[in-house]
Amino acid sequence: MPRIVSITLQNTDAARPIIEAITEDNPGAVVHSFPGIVKIDREGSLTVHRASVESRIGRDWDPQELHLSIVSMAGNVDEDDDYFGLAWAH
Amino acid sequence: MTMVAKAKLGLKQRYALLTRGLDWEPSYQSKSAVYPYAEFEGIKIHDWSKWEDPFRLTMDAYWKYQAEKERKLYAVLDSFAQNNGQMGLSDVRYINAIKLFLTGVSPLEYQAHRGFAHVGRHIPGVGPRVAAQMQSLDELRHVQTQIHTLSHYNKFFDGFHEWQHMHDRVWYLSVPKSFFDDARTAGPFEYFIAIGFAFEYVLTNLLFVPFMSGAAYNGDLATVTFGFSAQSDESRHMTLGIEVIKFLLEQDPDNLPIVQKWVDKWFWRGHRVLGLVAMMMDYMLPKKIMSWREAWDIYFTEAGGSLFEDLARYGLKVPKYADVATAEADHLSHQNWSTFYQYTQAAAFHTWLPTPQEMDWLSEKYPTTFDKHYRPRYEMWAEMEKEGKRFYNNALPQLCTVCQIPMVYTEPGDPGTIAFRTSQHKGETYHCCSDGCKDIFDGEPEKYSQSWLPVHQIFQGNCGGASVEDVLKWYRMNLGADNLDQAGSPDQKLWNEWMAARQRVAG
Repeated sequence: MPRIVSITLQNTDAARPIIEAITEDNPGAVVHSFPGIVKIDREGSLTVHRASVESRIGRDWDPQELHLSIVSMAGNVDEDDDYFGLAWAH
Repeated sequence: MTMVAKAKLGLKQRYALLTRGLDWEPSYQSKSAVYPYAEFEGIKIHDWSKWEDPFRLTMDAYWKYQAEKERKLYAVLDSFAQNNGQMGLSDVRYINAIKLFLTGVSPLEYQAHRGFAHVGRHIPGVGPRVAAQMQSLDELRHVQTQIHTLSHYNKFFDGFHEWQHMHDRVWYLSVPKSFFDDARTAGPFEYFIAIGFAFEYVLTNLLFVPFMSGAAYNGDLATVTFGFSAQSDESRHMTLGIEVIKFLLEQDPDNLPIVQKWVDKWFWRGHRVLGLVAMMMDYMLPKKIMSWREAWDIYFTEAGGSLFEDLARYGLKVPKYADVATAEADHLSHQNWSTFYQYTQAAAFHTWLPTPQEMDWLSEKYPTTFDKHYRPRYEMWAEMEKEGKRFYNNALPQLCTVCQIPMVYTEPGDPGTIAFRTSQHKGETYHCCSDGCKDIFDGEPEKYSQSWLPVHQIFQGNCGGASVEDVLKWYRMNLGADNLDQAGSPDQKLWNEWMAARQRVAG
């Protein structure tokens, strides 16, 4: 069975550049849109890069700002200054 | 001395400085006196410093982000109330799902607050204590924002006025209430696994993601806003849940059988409680998002499948009876809604029969079960309504001793036969609705033989009197307004007036 990691974000102005950064930086990511939310799935792992979001919004962006937009996720979290990652081990 | 100072600490360093080293070794009390509940469950922890927090959220950042969430939420709530947002709902039937939410779910947020406050006090490790305390604050925020948001609907619609009183007394609300009472009266490690892992990680997506998306689709700006504001905390809670289970399993191999038993138990308990959500999604959302079956496939089969595959390295298995729960997903919402339809006189929200279009949607979503087992029942009841013989079930149902749901569920693989299990304890017979609930009873008969079962309590004379009316008044239901069918209710009448006014304006 494929091991899917997943992140669900609100479909808001604040989240759209993050969604865009994820889809661009994670080849093979599949985007599902539901009313109010966007669920992004990818096999194995998925990363949100600070630089990628910053280049889209034109200001500093702390990956912890994800706390304002995240709705749900699946996978083990790895969080640091420059990225927020989700992965299943091995 | 060099003057080149690092401008800012990295996240990991900051986190370590603000969470660790805050603990101390007691000197004039023994550690076991300070943490009296840490050992009786049999969980062995050798090194609390091995605890890892995947979200490195420090208290200062926590306040900053939570304050931002609150500002956004309250701006929306104000605007919703000011602009008569209740008139923009897809249909007034929708509001019944929200009555069930306020009476059945919001009080659980408060219970979760209390539970995590307790765990945040009684777990000996400092890392999980900080995380549990943050979660405890989150849960308090959730119940407060939900009460605040839904108070707006109380100005117009019935069934919202006594949510806390009802939660403690009404027969069907004992299902979610007893679920949390059960968790909070367990030891701190079991509570952590029950709520942090089994409920938050494995099951709450089913409530907060598709149902809240449904609220967005049905024009309920207020609920969707508190729903997603709460859910933004939930990702942190889920991560805490998965960390708890990994930590316990890594600390000692003897923990595995204990943890497995809790996972089995709380998966099944949660599955039973979420039957209410199944019904909300399939029957109570006028505009549908996805069926319960589809939600189950995404959030349990797919997401849960990846999760349990990940945890298999510790020897943890997929919860017992997960296959039964998956098969039940084709029946659950139909059996629950049928039950509420029959007992509409005793519920604090309205019921109705699905329209022909809604039945076609249900046929499409449940191709193997709906037309065969459930459509004929609804069509018969519709006929009876037409003849003026609307069917009410006036018998008080037998309840399952564990999940407290009326014994309405059917045998696995045999939807024509009610499932029925019994256990003996100290010379008494106890009844359960399923193998899952019977296993739980048999594991702790001393606990479950003390269940406060609403029907038993009515028969014992503890619920306001001997007649249905006496009991409903003891529940503080406004008879003729809160209960009975949607058609003919004061809610429906008010809605029809609003819609007629809109028509007049449109010319």
